[in-house]
Amino acid sequence: MKIMLRYLKPFFGRMSVGLAIKITGTLVELMLPYILSHILKNVVVTQDIRQVIFWGILMIVCAFTACLCNIIANRMAAKVSRNFSKKVRHDLFDSTLRLSAAQTDRFTIPSLESRITTDTYNLHNFVGMMQRMGVRAPILLVGGIAITLFMDAYLALAMIAVLPFIFVTVYFISRKGVPLYAKVQESVDKMVRVVREDTQGIRVIKALSKTEYEHRRYDEVNKTLSHDERHAGTIMSSVNPIMTLLMNAGITAVVALAANRVASHQSDPETVIAFMQYFTLISMAMMSVTRIFTMYTKSAASARRIAEVIEAPEEITVKSEKEFPPINNGVHIEFDHVTFSYRGKHPNLEDISFSLEKGGSLGIIGATGSGKTTLIRLLLRFYDVNSGSVRINGRDIRTIPKDELYSMFGIALQHDFLYADTVEENINLGRGLSKDEIIKAAKIAQADDFISAFPDGYAHMLSQKATNISGGQKQRLLIARAIAAHPEILVLDDSSSALDYKTDANLRRALKENMSGTTVVTVAQRVSSVKDSDLILVLDEGKIIGAGKHEELLNTCTEYREISESQMGGAIVE
Amino acid sequence: MNRDPRLANNPNKMNAPQKLDRKTTGKILRRLIGYILKEWPLFLCAIILTLCSNQLSLLGPRYSGRAIDAIAAEGGVQFDVVWENVFRMLICYAASALMAYLLAVLMIRFSQRIVYKMRKQVFEKLTSLPVSYFHTHATGDIISRISYDIDTVNASLSHDLVQVMTSIYTVLGSLIFMWQISKPMILVFVITVPVSIIFTRYRSKKVRPLFQKRSRKLGELNGYAEEMISGCRTIQGYHREEEIGRRFDKQNEDAMDAYYNAEYYGATLGPSVNFINNLSISLVMIFGGILYMYSQSGVLKATSIFFITLGGIAEFVQYSRKFAGPINEFANILHEFQSAFSAAERVFRVIDEDPEPLDKADAVTLTDVSGRVDFENVTFGYTPKKTILHDVSVHAEPGKTIAIVGPTGAGKTTIINLLMRFYDVNDGHIYVDGKELRDISRDSLRRAYTMVLQDTWLFHGTIYDNIVYGKENATMEEVKAAAKAARIDTYIERLPDGYDTILSDEGINISKGQRQLITIARALLSDSPMLILDEATSNVDSRTEIKIQEALNELMQNRTCFIIAHRLSTIQNADMILVLQNGKITEYGNHDELMRKGGFYSTLYNSQFT
Repeated sequence: MKIMLRYLKPFFGRMSVGLAIKITGTLVELMLPYILSHILKNVVVTQDIRQVIFWGILMIVCAFTACLCNIIANRMAAKVSRNFSKKVRHDLFDSTLRLSAAQTDRFTIPSLESRITTDTYNLHNFVGMMQRMGVRAPILLVGGIAITLFMDAYLALAMIAVLPFIFVTVYFISRKGVPLYAKVQESVDKMVRVVREDTQGIRVIKALSKTEYEHRRYDEVNKTLSHDERHAGTIMSSVNPIMTLLMNAGITAVVALAANRVASHQSDPETVIAFMQYFTLISMAMMSVTRIFTMYTKSAASARRIAEVIEAPEEITVKSEKEFPPINNGVHIEFDHVTFSYRGKHPNLEDISFSLEKGGSLGIIGATGSGKTTLIRLLLRFYDVNSGSVRINGRDIRTIPKDELYSMFGIALQHDFLYADTVEENINLGRGLSKDEIIKAAKIAQADDFISAFPDGYAHMLSQKATNISGGQKQRLLIARAIAAHPEILVLDDSSSALDYKTDANLRRALKENMSGTTVVTVAQRVSSVKDSDLILVLDEGKIIGAGKHEELLNTCTEYREISESQMGGAIVE
Repeated sequence: MNRDPRLANNPNKMNAPQKLDRKTTGKILRRLIGYILKEWPLFLCAIILTLCSNQLSLLGPRYSGRAIDAIAAEGGVQFDVVWENVFRMLICYAASALMAYLLAVLMIRFSQRIVYKMRKQVFEKLTSLPVSYFHTHATGDIISRISYDIDTVNASLSHDLVQVMTSIYTVLGSLIFMWQISKPMILVFVITVPVSIIFTRYRSKKVRPLFQKRSRKLGELNGYAEEMISGCRTIQGYHREEEIGRRFDKQNEDAMDAYYNAEYYGATLGPSVNFINNLSISLVMIFGGILYMYSQSGVLKATSIFFITLGGIAEFVQYSRKFAGPINEFANILHEFQSAFSAAERVFRVIDEDPEPLDKADAVTLTDVSGRVDFENVTFGYTPKKTILHDVSVHAEPGKTIAIVGPTGAGKTTIINLLMRFYDVNDGHIYVDGKELRDISRDSLRRAYTMVLQDTWLFHGTIYDNIVYGKENATMEEVKAAAKAARIDTYIERLPDGYDTILSDEGINISKGQRQLITIARALLSDSPMLILDEATSNVDSRTEIKIQEALNELMQNRTCFIIAHRLSTIQNADMILVLQNGKITEYGNHDELMRKGGFYSTLYNSQFT
């Protein structure tokens, strides 16, 4: 919640003005029952019609003023909430993009997404509600109590005695309801999961004639969901009746007590009528206060989740060259006894060393889970090594400022992302490249043909996650993106796996012809994609089990030979 | 307060329902009433409870008015009357609260029964639909129908229904009571009620599009944020954080402005309605005050319709508050009903979908399948406009392996879909063991095949559950044997929970290759006379593939087998290779024959050595 105050601070001035207006409006509204009782008690006895009309019109004026003040204050509040949420969301998004890969892993992507969407939304609602009701409700509550105390302290106390009961019941039942609804949500998730699984696996289910079985499986979750909803609903529906009952009990108590007081001339019937009006107001206010309370718990949790991200320390910082002194050995990329582990226990890469000349090419091959992609991530400094060092041009990458480091690379990762925008923009990625550069890159990446075949060419819109183009087309766009800015180092992580053999060969030829000064790092499943590299690394369970050129490896590395042989005569056809 | 919070949190809730025409609305209404009438005992109880509870709460102010009159009585307080009425008030309120609670619980039961039934109907319909339905309907859409849409109907049934009954009763009840207290004073509402109705209608007409825009913009913003965060590694890799941040700001700005606009104009509604209520009370006071004055001074006789007491005014004010509330709510409830109707319409549309046609009455059950499969002049298209297969004839002898090769979109998977009778041919015939497919019961036909597909379908459950899915009543030994044959047993045994390991999205890290091996184990267990492999090893690396191929070779022995594969090495040992191009078989024969022929297949095969 501290973070909320911090972000609200700039708006304190505006908020105070809004509050003042709101308070005026609320106070004026509180006058209404008072005038009402005044008319009945003092005005009517004068037998003067003008007086009655005067006070009646005063009531209308008060009601109108209250209405006006509330509208103005609500509008001001809307402005404050807008500016507040804008700033919070901006900072949150900013911080999210700056998180290190290790931090992103810890938060997980879905959770980061829901922080930007649901949690900021919760906070926005809370800030709005606080301004609209957070002031009005307490004032109505306190003001109402004050006026009733002033009118008849004895009756007021009888009435006030009911309030704590209302608060306690509503608060506790709502508290009890929250976990119940969490359980309902869980059951909904389970139900949705079965539906999702079955719509996706419908062919398997039909093939195995498991329809009846699936009906039973679904019926189980459906029943649980129904039960949980019923349970939560049954508990929560007690709130309204209990509250109404307590409120009415208060009114009854006032009437009962008033009888004695009027008999002894300590009070009068008109006061009782006004009291009943005030009591409705006060109870309503009480309800709002309770709601604000429940809402508070919810948004406090959201605020905490947002703060976690915004206040996350920057993990990937630039270190000084004193700590990691540069070496001048004329090598472009160098891994020097690198060991790394994601979780800090079992090493995912162990004692990796190799070096690569400028303009050279490196191929990495190995089974699933052998550490190929991890190696790429270390080269890109998505993670920092546990020991050893990664150097580019002799400088440890931990000493290279981010913008300098990342301007060297062109990368196409496994399952890389394309987004809902034009083809051109997906290649450009906001780097301000010229149209010529983009077309040239697309040509090298063998993408120009299919792009030009779109009726609107490079202006063709991709859908979210680019579901409107094929896997092979996606990969070619990603490669075009990677080479468009003439990078010093080109990283291709399993990025041509969906291409048919012929296109893959054309792509590699075009890369060779056009990107001669660029150092290329290729991760692949296919031997054919790496076999012309200057250096091929064969990885197995995080270790290098073979290094050298294609012909050398065929002789020295059994695993490499096996892979290669299995693929001979095993070309991929699309 | 008892409204389901899930709905409150769902920004979609703000979406305006699509307008349904009168005829459809009528149909949906009749159908919903059908559901309601099936639960008639509960519904009847609900109506009775609603009436009683409301009647009791309406009586409350009546007794309090009488009590006040007794207090204000001219000859001093009439204690016995006061006490009697206080007692009545207490009883009324307590009974009313109790009934309100019972009613709420009852309505939850009532709506849950209906909702449970709807969910069941939708799901069972889904599993009986032809496979084509799932090609044309996105999973997300189906899920939103079975969860979100049914929830909307549920909220309406459990909440709005009671609300409407209560509202009507309260409005009519208050009106009657007010009529009894003072007929002339009701004239006040002749002024304020129309003003209030016109105002809310006018306002919501103006504000609703703003709220629609707001939820649309919010949806866009969420979509953008999700997209960018999923690509955050790449954005960092190109150091585009600032540029992307700026674009996000633009979206953020748009969304927040839409929010502001909606709230800015929406802010008038609450206070204005409040004002109109206060206005009626003020008018009641002026008018009532004058009448009371004349009643007091004796100008008005107690028998006159204009006569009023102090308690009468108090009562009238209380009833007028009760009276005004539902009228203001009315526009909202109408809107809720509209959303519920369009949600119900979406749900009913699934329930009304045509299922797979039933088996013929005299359909035979396949037993002791030898595995002879014949396609005769088969023509097929998913839509009438576009034919996928033209006049295809294939003859597969029992125990032989048929491989299908061809470019993407040539119709390879379509052949599999026809073999399994996920679709029926448009023209021509398919025979298994000489029997026409449409004369065979679907269950026995599908049981005759074992299928391994490219998409590795596993469900949330233990590894054991997932493998045994292929054959109920299989023993643990059989399951293990299948896992061993699929080369996945060692991996499973090494997991801390072994075969009891739960497969889930967020759980243990199981690779695509391993998932595929589990599906292969499942297929191995099901042990059918014919086999279909559709890109079965596309998710595993080369070394693992060699191992799986061994397992598959075992499986393929003595079975009629249809293979679609990426790698030519998998295909070249087939007894027959079919080259499928543009829905026609352009070449067929074994590897050597096709190589000699020098057509598409040989070009494909040779291209890898260039």
